[in-house]
Amino acid sequence: MPRKTLATFRVSSLSILDAAGKVDPNLDPKLPAKTLQQMYSLMVLARVFDDKAIALQRQGRIGTYAPVKGQEACQVPSALQLTKGDWLFPAFREAAATIAFGIPPERLLQYWGGDEQGSKCAADKNLFPVSIPVGSHMLHAVGASWAAKLRKEKAIALTYFGDGATSEGDFHEAMNFAGVFKTPTIFLCQNNQWAISVPRERQTAAASLAQKAIAYGIPGMQVDGNDMLAVYVATKEAIARARAGEGPTLIECFTYRIGDHTTSDDATRYRTNKEVASWKKKDPIDRVRTYLSANNMWDENQEKQLQLNTAAQLDKIVQAYETFPKPKINDMFDYLYAQPTQELVQQKQELTS
Amino acid sequence: MTNLTLIQAVNQALQQEMKRDPTVMVLGEDVGKNGGVFRATEGLWQAFGDERVVDTPLAESGIVGVSLGLAVNGFKPVAEIQFDGFLAPAFDQVISHVGRIRNRSRGRFHAQLVIRVPYGGGIHAPEHHSESPETYFVHTPGIKVVIPSTPYDAKGLLLAAIRDPDPVLFFEPKKIYRAFRQEVPETDYTIPIGKARLVKQGHDITVIAWGAQVRTAEQAVVQAKVDADIIDLRTLSPLDTDTVINSVTKTGRCVIVQEAPKTCGLAAEVIARINERALLSLEAPVARVTGFDTVMPLSRLEDSYLPSPERVVKAIKKTMEF
Ligand SMILES: Cc1ncc(C[n+]2csc(CCOP(=O)(O)OP(=O)(O)O)c2C)c(N)n1
Ligand SMILES: [Mg+2]
Repeated sequence: MPRKTLATFRVSSLSILDAAGKVDPNLDPKLPAKTLQQMYSLMVLARVFDDKAIALQRQGRIGTYAPVKGQEACQVPSALQLTKGDWLFPAFREAAATIAFGIPPERLLQYWGGDEQGSKCAADKNLFPVSIPVGSHMLHAVGASWAAKLRKEKAIALTYFGDGATSEGDFHEAMNFAGVFKTPTIFLCQNNQWAISVPRERQTAAASLAQKAIAYGIPGMQVDGNDMLAVYVATKEAIARARAGEGPTLIECFTYRIGDHTTSDDATRYRTNKEVASWKKKDPIDRVRTYLSANNMWDENQEKQLQLNTAAQLDKIVQAYETFPKPKINDMFDYLYAQPTQELVQQKQELTS
Repeated sequence: MTNLTLIQAVNQALQQEMKRDPTVMVLGEDVGKNGGVFRATEGLWQAFGDERVVDTPLAESGIVGVSLGLAVNGFKPVAEIQFDGFLAPAFDQVISHVGRIRNRSRGRFHAQLVIRVPYGGGIHAPEHHSESPETYFVHTPGIKVVIPSTPYDAKGLLLAAIRDPDPVLFFEPKKIYRAFRQEVPETDYTIPIGKARLVKQGHDITVIAWGAQVRTAEQAVVQAKVDADIIDLRTLSPLDTDTVINSVTKTGRCVIVQEAPKTCGLAAEVIARINERALLSLEAPVARVTGFDTVMPLSRLEDSYLPSPERVVKAIKKTMEF
């Protein structure tokens, strides 16, 4: 038997809007100004929301929070393309995606403020609750999107996770199931270079996370995760494939977590200011503003107006959060089963009487 | 009416429910063409096809996690874990997600799914094929744990489990899969989850068991020549405390037979509940005959591990003579 090549693979990466705000004319998806402005505005909202959430945590008005700063371009252009009936499965750092998906942001504060009611999305939104066990929730996205496929619906599922999550077994099981059953699932990996203090190189010896798709027989690609247009295009292609019955896609968004891992973390213990500063120069929001301004789709007046509107919106969000009724003790007993067990009824009585 | 073995009753329940409800799916390793390694799903693939009887990749966490996703989007998966020991890779999905999704989403999502697991010792199988892991799951909020011990109950409880809006771990005592037959109606019937079965009525002592140990308990009661209440718990979570308390209040004596290791097993919980509600009716300390706090031994020592009628008789006598 001679030695022969069984298969060869290519791993591609995509970048459209560079850090200086210059668009590659050959790759420009030429989106309507309105769409670009909407994505920009949502990213700005996510950014100020994030800062506010950290401030609220420092003031003791919410609990631990996982900031999204720096990853807005991974989340807004992808989540925004989901339509009615589609499913979103976040990990725990998906404030921007959640907002872009149309969930009232005060619900995020309610959740991070310690009330599970914040995870109860409206009946017409298929947003799964925050999933804390790293890497475990992508399987749910595979199952839910498989269900849609079995019913011959067009709905798809989009799931977010980090670089660290690609080391968990469930990531591989999810990709493998999705490949075997050709489920309409989009795996969006936000490679933000860090899993708390552990760098990306410690998760895998592979040159990219995108190439993990190859082993499962599904398409995978890397995109500049700080590039709103690249993420938009990659997600759009993946969604089209999924809706056409062509199965799952893995998208690795190459990005950076500008903030601490959570409000309980101190990232200066394990990474340099120089590294952070170099990534700040690649900010996903600044480059869009530069691009829009340079192409007559945005001016100072609009920017001023956006800042004012966003600040007012943020006030309303915080106000809405702080006027939510306090959770009732009953809540902790009442949602375990469709009908409470006798034991739960007794335990609740013990606590409340 | 036909005389069926326990595994045939499981198979009939699956056949009938899949016919009745097009959202019921069966998933697992070798459940399709092969009909499952124990043949529990025999004939289903031929009857319902590839989309509803799914041979999955060999990945238990995947099977359970994907089933949860199917369940929150309108299907009723019945997942098979091939053997008790291989629930371990799926443990995280069960305790971190399956049991929590209703609570975590405050009722917005729930998981109507069944995880079927052939369990327990007595078949001289390799390591990890003879485990009794029920306690882990009884200890876990948000899921139900059901264990039939007869063909009739297996069918009625499995139908109830599939129709239950909450996730059910359905442990099937594999030792008695084919040990005996019982008349099982072909009609549709369910047995309520959360209700124990009074196997036999008596006055002197209460003997409590579940799974394959119900047979051990029955044999022991005959050998000990006592007039006993025998209770088959049938549902371990939620536990039918009332049936236990009513019986123990009447008899004043109790022996519990448990195949799983002793420490923190379900017997301990039953004793605690008797303490809470029937202590003053007791004429003797409640005894338990259990497996040991050892790794389940391979076949040569298996019979030394498993509760035997003789050990149960000894416990009954000691309790009677106290
Ligand atoms: C199974 C599991 N192990 C450990 C943790 C603790 N933990 C929370 S986030 C995290 C790092 C996650 O890194 P990554 O997947 O890259 O996501 P990122 O935080 O960068 O968004 C760890 C170790 C956890 N939540 N779940
Ligand atoms: Mg990371």
